[in-house]
Amino acid sequence: MDITIPILILAIPLFMFLLLGLAGVKMSHKLAGALGTLGMGTVLLLSYYTAFTYFFSGNPEFVDGTDRLQAVLFNHTWLQFTPALAIKIGFLLDPISAMMLVVIPTISFMVHVYSLGYMHGEKGFQRYYAFLSLFSFSMLGLVVATNIFQMYIFWELVGASSFLLIGFFYTLPSAVSACKKAFIVTRFADLGFLIGILVLSYFTRQLDFLPMTQNPSAVLSSFEGASFLGASALTWALVLIFVGGMGKSAMLPLHIWLPDAMEGPTPVSALIHAATMVVAGVYLVARLFPLYMLEDAALMFITVVGAATAFYAAMVACAQIDIKRILAFSTISQIAFMMVSLGVASKNNVAIHEGLGYMASMFHLFTHAMFKALLFLGAGALIHAVHSNNYTAMGGLRKYMPVTHITFLIGCLAIAGIWPFAGFFSKDEILAACFANGTFWGLWMMMVAAMTAFYMFRMYFLIFWWDNPDYEKEHHGHRPHDPGLAMSLPLIFLAVVSTVAGFIPFGELVTFDGHEYHIHIDWTIAGLSMGVAALSIAFAAWLYMKKNDKPQRMADSVRWLWTAAHRRFYWDEIYLFVTRRIIFDGICKPIAWFDRHIIDGTMDGLAFVTNKASLAIKGFQSGKVQMYIWWYLIGAVVLGLITAVCVL
Amino acid sequence: MDYSQFLALKQEIGLLIVFLLVFLYDTFAGKKSAKGVPVAACLGMLALTVYGFFESGAQATSAFAGMYVGSPVVAAIKNILNVGVLIVLVQSLKWANSEFTAVRRGEFYELILLTLLGMYLMISSRHFLMFIIGLETASLPLCALVAFDKHRYESHEAAIKYVLTAVFSSAILLMGLSFVYALSGTLYYSGIAAMIGSQMGVMLAVALAFVMAGFGFKLSLVPFHLWTADVYQGAPTSVTSYLSVISKGSAAFAFLVVLTQVFGSVYEAAWEWMLYTLIILTITVGNLFAIRQVNMKRFLAFSSISQAGYIMLAIVGHNAMGVSALMFYTLVYIFSNLAAFGVIGAIENATGKVNMTDYNGLYKTNPRLAVTMMLAMFSLAGIPPFAGFFSKFFVFTATLNGTDSVALYVLVLVALINTIISLYYYLLVVKAMFINESEEPIATFRSACSERLGMWVCVAGIIGLGIVSYFYDYLLTVAA
Repeated sequence: MDITIPILILAIPLFMFLLLGLAGVKMSHKLAGALGTLGMGTVLLLSYYTAFTYFFSGNPEFVDGTDRLQAVLFNHTWLQFTPALAIKIGFLLDPISAMMLVVIPTISFMVHVYSLGYMHGEKGFQRYYAFLSLFSFSMLGLVVATNIFQMYIFWELVGASSFLLIGFFYTLPSAVSACKKAFIVTRFADLGFLIGILVLSYFTRQLDFLPMTQNPSAVLSSFEGASFLGASALTWALVLIFVGGMGKSAMLPLHIWLPDAMEGPTPVSALIHAATMVVAGVYLVARLFPLYMLEDAALMFITVVGAATAFYAAMVACAQIDIKRILAFSTISQIAFMMVSLGVASKNNVAIHEGLGYMASMFHLFTHAMFKALLFLGAGALIHAVHSNNYTAMGGLRKYMPVTHITFLIGCLAIAGIWPFAGFFSKDEILAACFANGTFWGLWMMMVAAMTAFYMFRMYFLIFWWDNPDYEKEHHGHRPHDPGLAMSLPLIFLAVVSTVAGFIPFGELVTFDGHEYHIHIDWTIAGLSMGVAALSIAFAAWLYMKKNDKPQRMADSVRWLWTAAHRRFYWDEIYLFVTRRIIFDGICKPIAWFDRHIIDGTMDGLAFVTNKASLAIKGFQSGKVQMYIWWYLIGAVVLGLITAVCVL
Repeated sequence: MDYSQFLALKQEIGLLIVFLLVFLYDTFAGKKSAKGVPVAACLGMLALTVYGFFESGAQATSAFAGMYVGSPVVAAIKNILNVGVLIVLVQSLKWANSEFTAVRRGEFYELILLTLLGMYLMISSRHFLMFIIGLETASLPLCALVAFDKHRYESHEAAIKYVLTAVFSSAILLMGLSFVYALSGTLYYSGIAAMIGSQMGVMLAVALAFVMAGFGFKLSLVPFHLWTADVYQGAPTSVTSYLSVISKGSAAFAFLVVLTQVFGSVYEAAWEWMLYTLIILTITVGNLFAIRQVNMKRFLAFSSISQAGYIMLAIVGHNAMGVSALMFYTLVYIFSNLAAFGVIGAIENATGKVNMTDYNGLYKTNPRLAVTMMLAMFSLAGIPPFAGFFSKFFVFTATLNGTDSVALYVLVLVALINTIISLYYYLLVVKAMFINESEEPIATFRSACSERLGMWVCVAGIIGLGIVSYFYDYLLTVAA
């Protein structure tokens, strides 16, 4: 394949970032928005073309019979340190990167269009589009990385651009602290990633993905059974790399940044915190999956972290008031689904082909990106209409905002896993993979799926049914209404995609080893999970359809649990305790004291002594030439004497 | 006699031709056309510098029964000196044409060229007789140069102090050399080295100490430095800058040659510890005095004393890296110090002010001069990415290269601590210019074209040598 298109896919967003970032202030809002959207539209077309060529052209570069190949379109050596150590920048095309080439530009383009309406008239509109372009560039560079170091570079760029976007309203203190929190937490996790990269490349002498993933046994043998603290070095490397993924994908206990990141503009939440950046961790594990297959311990770690996170986030989501927070926790929970799906896809899993979990995870990544972006954008439309993030300010909105209502309902049905919406298919595959690994994981995840259906419909009913407040009085005669075309069209488009995406023959396109995988819908599991979901929805409807005091009584009966869930099980407080009391007070303060008193004291003492010495020898420089000669002579003689004495 | 030997002296002959042309022009020119003498001298020096670069690839040669040698290293150090002299000559154009000195301006250029010739011989000589001739040729005209501002009382005082100390130090040096002659019966460097072998005696110890004292005077090492401050302060600024960089650079190289080629075999027995003592004394005492100075020229005098200590560090390593580090240090030092002196000279010529307090608020009135001075100070203090950082770095590397001697680590540690102390006083100047307020700051003025040219070259050197590694690499290949 010609490399012009891949290069353009990366170059256009970067160019747009530079153009809008440097010359944006000179442009009108309209021009900047149009340019950014146009650029992203071009990238969208090029990416679609690339993905289409990859999947359907039958080009021998990409497909061998029915097997899909991993193709490196270009791999330019960027920094050559030593003959062995070189950092390359390239473009890798394989099933998952081609899939991401569909997901990222689609969502990004939708967000670009949507923001034309949502961000209309905001101060810094051009800057906003510049940052969006930077983010798209970073994310695209991340998914097409040919080597783990390129991935790391773009990984950090993604972190930096998300920092910029979360803190877009930089005059709001809450936005500022949220963007700092997001950056610090993910950066902290990236430390693990970096150490993991170093351990891995130290043993394998390799940064490129393909030589590692296509020949995992060579990787295993390069480690020569090295171990550390009871676990093999390879497990350590993989777990540390996964820690980086935990940070970006907001897994427990590094999830704390994502709910706060909702301080950013809502379209940004849709782009970054639903569809793209947060799945980077899943993508990372998928990218290195052949290596994870080597170590069951690492996979087990992923499964446990994912399962715990999924349950935790679903619990918390049931007790939130802010609709964006509910969506944020729902995202955490769904990402955890993908992680669990990867984790259970162990090669020891004899009951079923190991490719199922992998395929299901990627499938869910794809469908989730669509319907979660839809839900976020829908939430944006609601917030736009009622000027509040809390469902307490909403209720009965179905009459006022029909388009938003229908699209939001489709999103909720999709995430709850109701046939024929997209989420049904992907979630069913995940549950099948979990059951194949062990009944425990299957039941656990099914419970989480039921909770998902419940909290989503709790939110849905509370927004669109429930009470019917007097909006005209509260909003000075304005009734809430559907947004304009710029915002409605992306909603409608994503709703359509969320409805039909489940019928994509995903198993034929994206699989672990490139072989086709035929999806059989296991109707026992499917029926069971749908039944559970339907029950949850019915329960939510019973509680929240009409205004009543049942929810209040229920919450009061388990007040402690409700409060704990509402306060997110005190994770932020735990973090504050650890950072304030232990790290700041326990470690930093003594070090600061040492610095101030011992080190500074030594320096001050040195300065004092220097000053005194300087004063003391002032008389040496008398200005009398005879004294100079004397000193000269004394110097020469003393030098000679010392040497002579030494010799003797 | 084989007259083709003179071909080995191309550089010296070239310099002599430039000198003679300038001299004849000055002597026979009319009152009007004599104005062109300084420019002619600069052009001649430029031609010689350019010519030197083409000669730098010369193979090792020797002439006059081995009394004179030429080699790529020698050619490189001569080129470095040429560049420095050229900058000094250009920077002094305005001063030379000023009211009081215009009548003698030709002499300034002729004497400078003559001293340079002496330094050439000093660097190239491998025989002490030749060396002494070179040394004296380089020293005596300097006395006249120091006294050049005849209308200024301090200039006379400085010249007298310089003459007396120089004569005394020459006497001590000659006494040391006569001891050496008595021990070995020859004045050839190689002959002496062969005779003394690794035999160390009291007489040799005293001789060595006296030779070191003689060089200590030229390099202003402590305790042979006491003349420095008074002479630097009293002499015309152009002469001071010449004394502080060119004279010092050539002496440092000659010192290196004498120590390694003549006394190399008794390194550990004799001069290792002498050198350590001198270096620590020089760096520390220079710094301690520099802290208290108010006169900028005196301030730079002490700064240059401590810089000489760093140059000496390169000799300690006594390997090829040391030679290249010494040359590189000299080169960087030329640019940094001449930038500082360029600013001082420009301000002195324009306003007559030389005190640090006069520099308060300079940035507001003359931002370019202030920035140039700042760069010079940063480079002298060794702040990256400016050239001075790398020259210090290479000197330290050369000192510690392949050694596990605790004494050397202590030596470098002391040097490092002194770097921090020096940072204090260099930044005092920067603070004065940028932060301190002034009631009557130096008025905005436009410095002469020649002064600006000189400063531009220096600034380019300070930044360029810090960023471009070519020069150090070149010196390293030459020295190896």
